[in-house]
Amino acid sequence: MGDLLKLEGKNIVIMGVANERSLAWGVAKQLHETGANLIFTNRQERSRAKLERALDKEGYEARLVVQCDVNDDESVKEAFRAIGEEVGTIHGIVHSVAFAKAEDLKGDFVETSRDGYAFAQDTSAYSLIAVAREAKPYMTEGGAIVTMTYLGAERVLDGYNVMGVAKAALEASVRYLSNDLGKDGIRVNAVSAGAIRTLAAKGVPSFNTILHQIEETAPLKRNVDQREVGDMTVALLSNMGTGVTGEVIYVDGGYHIMG
Amino acid sequence: MATVLERVTKVIVDRLGVDESEVKPEASFREDLGADSLDVVELVMELEDEFDLEISDEDAEKIGTVGDAVSYIEEKTA
Repeated sequence: MGDLLKLEGKNIVIMGVANERSLAWGVAKQLHETGANLIFTNRQERSRAKLERALDKEGYEARLVVQCDVNDDESVKEAFRAIGEEVGTIHGIVHSVAFAKAEDLKGDFVETSRDGYAFAQDTSAYSLIAVAREAKPYMTEGGAIVTMTYLGAERVLDGYNVMGVAKAALEASVRYLSNDLGKDGIRVNAVSAGAIRTLAAKGVPSFNTILHQIEETAPLKRNVDQREVGDMTVALLSNMGTGVTGEVIYVDGGYHIMG
Repeated sequence: MATVLERVTKVIVDRLGVDESEVKPEASFREDLGADSLDVVELVMELEDEFDLEISDEDAEKIGTVGDAVSYIEEKTA
């Protein structure tokens, strides 16, 4: 069959590993198998320490780890400049970053604060635009950007609240960015992952209930895991995804099709 | 078979990077073992996996010390 993925030696930036349960870490593990060079960005020292631990445990070596605060334009610019200067060309980006304040996930959506709304949008949706803009000068050979979204963007899921609205904006941003960047050979897609027990998901109050509902309802009668999300993300980044852009691909055992 | 305390201790040592001798029943996760709010969530998830149980948010909020975690788990798995 030969190498269908053609990711060996490609420089892929992975944003958002908070610990070993992170979707971004699931992507990193599958990407490592392809022979891609792994570049990581972290916001906090805390997640950097977790990342280093995870890398050690698997015996992986990161090509580069840089600090990047996605709420700060200068930080995003600086991070991608540092990456570009070090590796030359960036071939792919995995954007797996989102945040909302806990008080905006509890209680009624109608009580969402103006600040909390803006913060969720800034961190979870605008960050993709900023990242695409700052990475573009280094994506000189074309490439792919993949972000992580969730069904709460289009359906009402109890407790997802302000994050659902932020993910809706993120999915719309994927479409507009893919239109802009298509002429440069850069594809932009989103993976809508089923419910997976990550640190972020634990912040959603109804999370355990959602997991059980999926097991009962989804066509595959089970929840999906980190590896499955990693595999689809790798496919979208790879030579096997070259015709796909502006899409939201569901890795959810088919849950979203059910009435 | 390791006791609940031994298994809880192992999870805490592994997650928080503290010395085993610091993990006493009266030790508070936040004050004595230096856990921040995310560490606490991670710990809860590790304990859920280790003991194959679900710890609701309301229950998790009541677990402040190592001893609280041990008695909660003993009660749930009895």
